Amino acid sequence: MPGSIPASASRASTLLYPWSLTWRRVRAGARNLPVVSLTILGAALVAALFADVLAPHDPELGNLRHRHRPPAWVAGGDANPLLGTDHLGRDVLSRLLFGARISLLVGFTAAVVAGALGTAVGIISGYCGRWVDQVIMRVVDAWLALPVISFAIFLAVLLGPSEMNIVIILAGIFWTRYARVIRGEVLSLKERDYVRLAIVAGCNKWTIMRRHILPNVINTSIVLSSLIVGVVIVAEAALSFLGVGVPPRKPAWGLMLADGKEGMMAGYWWVTLFPGLAIMLVVLAANLLGDWLRVKLDPQLRQL
Amino acid sequence: MTRFILKRCGLALVSLFILSVTIFTLIRLTGDPATLLAAPDAKEADLDAIRVRFGLDRSWPVQYVRFVGGALQGDFGTSLYYRIPAGTLYWQRLPASLQLAAAAMTISLVVGLSVGILAAVNVGRWWDSAGKLIALLGLSMPSFWLGLLLIYFFAVYLHWLPTSGRGTAAHLVMPAIALSGYFTAAHMRLTRSSMLDVLGSEYVKLARLKGLPESWVLVKHAFKNALIPVVTLAGINLVLMINVAVVVETVFAWPGIGRLLFEGIEFRDFPVVQTVVLLGGVMVIVANLTVDVLYAWIDPRIRLKS
Repeated sequence: MPGSIPASASRASTLLYPWSLTWRRVRAGARNLPVVSLTILGAALVAALFADVLAPHDPELGNLRHRHRPPAWVAGGDANPLLGTDHLGRDVLSRLLFGARISLLVGFTAAVVAGALGTAVGIISGYCGRWVDQVIMRVVDAWLALPVISFAIFLAVLLGPSEMNIVIILAGIFWTRYARVIRGEVLSLKERDYVRLAIVAGCNKWTIMRRHILPNVINTSIVLSSLIVGVVIVAEAALSFLGVGVPPRKPAWGLMLADGKEGMMAGYWWVTLFPGLAIMLVVLAANLLGDWLRVKLDPQLRQL
Repeated sequence: MTRFILKRCGLALVSLFILSVTIFTLIRLTGDPATLLAAPDAKEADLDAIRVRFGLDRSWPVQYVRFVGGALQGDFGTSLYYRIPAGTLYWQRLPASLQLAAAAMTISLVVGLSVGILAAVNVGRWWDSAGKLIALLGLSMPSFWLGLLLIYFFAVYLHWLPTSGRGTAAHLVMPAIALSGYFTAAHMRLTRSSMLDVLGSEYVKLARLKGLPESWVLVKHAFKNALIPVVTLAGINLVLMINVAVVVETVFAWPGIGRLLFEGIEFRDFPVVQTVVLLGGVMVIVANLTVDVLYAWIDPRIRLKS
């Protein structure tokens, strides 16, 4: 926010180095951090990083003698399978912890790849204009028209199930969201005086895009990423749930929901409840963080 | 106006062209369609026979022209599993999808509009916070998980509703709620912000200055105008609901086009998958075109600017 920049001297420096403005805004906003969001994301990150140490059991190894054990606090429950076991006797807690690894890795990677691609395409489209812009925007329009989940399923069937393919597919679908928004910003940025001066000074087209345009749209990309991470995590879970995402047996949250469905009909609710809760909390945290970043970094985007 | 409509139609046609090229190319880039069409243990001679039968031995441009020519005449190829035209299957399943989407849309509008308006009128107070929380939960909760929770509570635990399938009105309740979750939140958010915009406008201030009762101002002046963006979004969302219901339809074994798509995947029934994805894209493009034209018709500023 402009009001939070104290002296005119620092205002001049922020014009020269837009990056420092970004960090000043982040620091200024650190006073009212989204505690809930950061706590949930931090916990998920710890689970993902240290799943090997934290998980009490092997997430893929079941014991058929211990099928459908209830969670600790339910009648007949025991402290050892803290959150119960599934239909193959696998420990739900261990699978949840390892599932965080898959969800965060896929969600984060896909959002970053889509963001990098979409931002680059958006800048080129907006800055070059004319036929380049026309061609790129028509492709973006057409891709935006494709229903996300059916298109993702279609591609997943073509490419086969694996985490890598999911990242490629979701990045391939979501880059269009970035491209559309970034292009709009670039259209107004390129009319600014400093861009014109750079042209007069003889700057190369690519240098202008990299040095003068990119730093000014990076905030928007970060905000969009935080919102798209949540969508991507749900999409990955949906694909895995349908059996075309992460390969079976692996501890992905979407797969756990698919595994738990039969048992749920017989009353074993815990196999269904916990993975869904995990997805919801992580997505909720990502959305909250996105809302916070949006207010902190880019007041113009509040209406997005 | 005519020029505007023609221009928009032209852009939509370009989008449709790119869409069809995308799907056509992706199928061919990721592998030989013949291997997708044949049984896993097919011999090379069988593959050749399939290539000739489906015209896959021709060059890509020829194949593309045939593909589009067929699609324009409603011929999307024959389902490998059901042995009937994929187009016919699609039209058979569409009514179920429409029914589910209509029910979900009704729920999302009734809940979204009422909570959204309550939140806007009581901005910053209890209703507003409750609305924000519901919207946040709705946007974060995966529809299929919501569906599973509903099944556990209403079907397994309470025995009130059937777990899956289509038939009576009772079958419709849970899938409609599960599908509506995300959209309810979206409609609620938009209603709230649109209502706040209108409540701050000059003509609402004037209506209040004239001494009209607050309820009259809200219903007669504010609500009607706040409704326009919500109805637009709802129109586009209705089309989206038909096309993103695949997960919910799978959870509840609801026989719509989402279920058709999923069966298409399970049986490697490629023409069916292709048809559902392509027609979904067509539906979205046509819906966007309609909204653009309607908006330009209502608001001359839009058509004059472009």
